[in-house]
Amino acid sequence: MKIIIKNKSELPIYEQIEEQMKTQILDGTIKEDEQLPSIRQLARDLKISVITTTRAYNDLAEEGFIISVAGKGYFVSPRNNELLKERMLFEMEEGLEKAVTSGRNAGLSDVEIIEALKKFMEG
Amino acid sequence: MENILEISGLNKSYGDFALKDVSFSLPKGYIMGFVGQNGSGKTTTIRSILNMAKTDSGKISVFGLDSVNDTIEIKQRTGVVFDSLYLAEHLTAKQIEKQLKPFYNDWQSDEFFKRLKSFELPDNKKVGEFSKGMKMKLMIAVALSHKAELIILDEPTSGLDPVARDELLDILSEYIEDENRGVLFSTHITADVERIADYVTILHNGKVWFTGELNTLAESYAVLKGAEEDIPESVKEKLIGFHAYRNGFEALIKTDDLAGLPDSLEYEKANLDDILVYIAKEDKNERHAENNAV
Repeated sequence: MKIIIKNKSELPIYEQIEEQMKTQILDGTIKEDEQLPSIRQLARDLKISVITTTRAYNDLAEEGFIISVAGKGYFVSPRNNELLKERMLFEMEEGLEKAVTSGRNAGLSDVEIIEALKKFMEG
Repeated sequence: MENILEISGLNKSYGDFALKDVSFSLPKGYIMGFVGQNGSGKTTTIRSILNMAKTDSGKISVFGLDSVNDTIEIKQRTGVVFDSLYLAEHLTAKQIEKQLKPFYNDWQSDEFFKRLKSFELPDNKKVGEFSKGMKMKLMIAVALSHKAELIILDEPTSGLDPVARDELLDILSEYIEDENRGVLFSTHITADVERIADYVTILHNGKVWFTGELNTLAESYAVLKGAEEDIPESVKEKLIGFHAYRNGFEALIKTDDLAGLPDSLEYEKANLDDILVYIAKEDKNERHAENNAV
């Protein structure tokens, strides 16, 4: 796991942690079931406040990316985790909605938008 | 949440200075930054916690113990770091160790010498000849060698170079990894507080101006800028530290009061330094002297 805190960033520190951990969980840099540093360890490592790391972990747990196991600490959620899947679906739908709106605003027909999506997916 | 430090209704006056109804508490496991201008009462509050100053009224409890009646036990369990060395300057660190040992029930010589080594402090040089950063580290070494559960620092970073300050933040971050401990940290260097503190208490003219989570403070205030004539009449009264200059004005405003302001006014997040500066400006304005605490 690699987290870089930018003090001059517009994003609050807890959001920086959340974003970077999400990316690394989704791209597999942090493996499923992997144990994460404790809230206090992470605060110490990054030299930031305990409340900040607590907030980041709470948000990530709420969104299903990580789970808290009583007495053991925090772990990356299993891949097939329903909550995480739901979250991803939600984010996909949000993105699609935005894409469709922008496409229509640009005057594209639905067929053209679907074509654009296909092309995008083929890379 | 259990409080490691609790101050309620602290009053003390001497000369033309007074602490007025100072109340705040620090939950166990966290770091609190203690800020305010010179003469705002930070050191007096700290001296009161340590029973080094007599108070007029109010109650202070540390580890649930009474600051006056249980002062000996509190001192056993509290480490202090002041801006100047409280240890005998003509002694070496080795001699100081010998002197302190009988005073603390839980003194750990091996821990002390281990810390001296890791802080790169010589044990055979008179501590009066130490640099400011070395003196600070020596006081920390002492605090960490008698199993202190609370560390109180009174402006430990004033006059320290950035490297020594960074080292101190490292040490405090490491110290607080144990959730049964707490840190009260008075300083003028607000960047240090913004980095590692969980809670912050702002003292102003002997009163608590804000106490609570640092995140809450950061989200509660903004700096407003623009042309003076664009400020709605209803908002004028709510501005803190209003300051007009040739091309416009600047003031601190509660984020709650931002709704409905004209677009011609710009605002940005206020940091701790901004807040301290505008509180001081508000005093000079003397428009309304009452507390603006949230």
